[in-house]
Amino acid sequence: MTDLAPEQGEQASRRRPRRWHILVFLAPAVVIYTAVMILPLFETLRQSLFNVVDGERAFVGFANFATLFGDPRWASDFWNALGNNFVFFLIHMAVQNPIGIALAALLSLPGLRFAAFYRTAFFLPTLLSFVIVGFIWKLILSPIWGVAPWLLDLVGMKSLFAPWLGKPGSALIAVSLVSVWQFIGIPMMLIYAALLNIPEEVIEAAEIDGITGWGQFFKIKLPLVLPAIGIISILTFVGNFNAFDLVYTMQGALAGPDRATDILGTFLYRTFFGFQLQLGDPSMGATIATIMFLIILIGVCIYLFGIQRRIRRYQF
Amino acid sequence: MSKARQSTLRTSLVHVALIAYTLVALFPVFLTIINSFKSKQAIFGQPLRLPGPSTFSLIGYETVLKQGDFVTYFQNSTVVTVVSIFLVLLFGAMAAFALSEYRFRGNTLMGLYLAIGIMIPIRLGTVALLQGMVASGLVNTLTSLVLVYTAQGLPLAIFILSEFMRTVSDDLKNAGRIDGLSEYAIFFRLVLPLVRPAMATVAVFTMIPIWNDLWFPLILAPGESTKTVTLGAQLFIGQFVTNWNAVLAALSLAIFPVLVLYVIFSRQLIRGITSGAVK
Repeated sequence: MTDLAPEQGEQASRRRPRRWHILVFLAPAVVIYTAVMILPLFETLRQSLFNVVDGERAFVGFANFATLFGDPRWASDFWNALGNNFVFFLIHMAVQNPIGIALAALLSLPGLRFAAFYRTAFFLPTLLSFVIVGFIWKLILSPIWGVAPWLLDLVGMKSLFAPWLGKPGSALIAVSLVSVWQFIGIPMMLIYAALLNIPEEVIEAAEIDGITGWGQFFKIKLPLVLPAIGIISILTFVGNFNAFDLVYTMQGALAGPDRATDILGTFLYRTFFGFQLQLGDPSMGATIATIMFLIILIGVCIYLFGIQRRIRRYQF
Repeated sequence: MSKARQSTLRTSLVHVALIAYTLVALFPVFLTIINSFKSKQAIFGQPLRLPGPSTFSLIGYETVLKQGDFVTYFQNSTVVTVVSIFLVLLFGAMAAFALSEYRFRGNTLMGLYLAIGIMIPIRLGTVALLQGMVASGLVNTLTSLVLVYTAQGLPLAIFILSEFMRTVSDDLKNAGRIDGLSEYAIFFRLVLPLVRPAMATVAVFTMIPIWNDLWFPLILAPGESTKTVTLGAQLFIGQFVTNWNAVLAALSLAIFPVLVLYVIFSRQLIRGITSGAVK
């Protein structure tokens, strides 16, 4: 409290008594963050190395991981969930991000009218909770209600309709596309912001050189927003490998039909918490959480060290 | 002449594409809301018609209000969200101030440590988190949710707020110091009012995932008295899955607060994103 000296200057800081206010400012955030986030995270990672042996908790090394990868009772579920999760992610990358970029490119056209209205409308689904999104689409895609076949009939493709959510071959794609519908606002907004940040002079210079329209977008604007595309990719990656809610609301904890929509999040939930006849298993739950942690960590590292550093940034 | 016509054509094509996607984005919400006001027959008979005098019905809403305890759920969600946002903003701003204002040993390291949580989801610690909450008797309390959401919101809040606090003028703070203000007074009376716009942005970003979360209410607080709206709606819909009137009414009721908040905050939110608050 009595410390009023300016902060600059090495000599001053050496003479000064301990600056308690720094501790007071930092302590609440650091204590809550450490106690509720970091410690449980590391405790979970640690527990993946333990399991119950003969009724007692014992250190088992990597045996849990061996079980998860190799034991027939676990392995097929695990590899299925992991594979589905990659498909889930790839569909997002292939559909959500290109459409998001395209919408952002259209919205950022100079002099576009109603841009604020479009922006607001596109972002609305992102704000809705998974419960709302999941059930609305479940109802729309339901063969009982008949809205989806009716809509297809409008474009003369009624024969294409099938109960997509109920068929193992199409359920994962349908759920992924619903998730794309929900989250498209995020890549759109981030790319939109990046496009608006491109200085006028760059665009004018391109126009003087006769580069307009499509060429301008692909040759000038797209390279300039590459860092933002990198960010939306890693955000999508982390979000997808941590997803749970949408599958849970649309297809239930069993992620049916026949585990076709099971991803790591729902697999973790069932394993850790138990479901119907299956008992909850904290050790295997911690093991799955550890795998998810490692996947996300690898993704983030690839982004930080492999992609982010190589992207050329342009300073304006 | 031909060039002008060409550009009109181009503009209309752009609008056609944008309107098409607007329909894709809004249609499901619109469909749910109009059908929630219709009788069961009309829901199935003419799903795309607006409710008319012969098809109008509030039976779904009656069922929801009679069966579900939505007032309690709504209160729970509000309490959890408001308290968490308050703590995130207060503690986040304090930590951001410490990191951006003072030079001390371990400053950069502390910043990195606090940034881990931006990328690594708190969900992955659920196993130990639940055990910890059981051990401390916090399971099925709103406190457990507040703690988790505060911890979840802090990393991004600290990151965004410290970027903004670096832009607050040093002269102003030093003038305050010369006038004999304590460091606490400088923070609360000089700096906080200046970063209010950034605080609003952080509040909106923090609010959405908390209000919509299903995972932690499901695992930490599934009790009847602590259910949040999201979990309550999920269970209610699961129970009444064949009662389409009730399901559509429950969905509409769940959409309503989000729509109101969005209308109030959308400019703040969009300005926050487009100003590069999230990097």
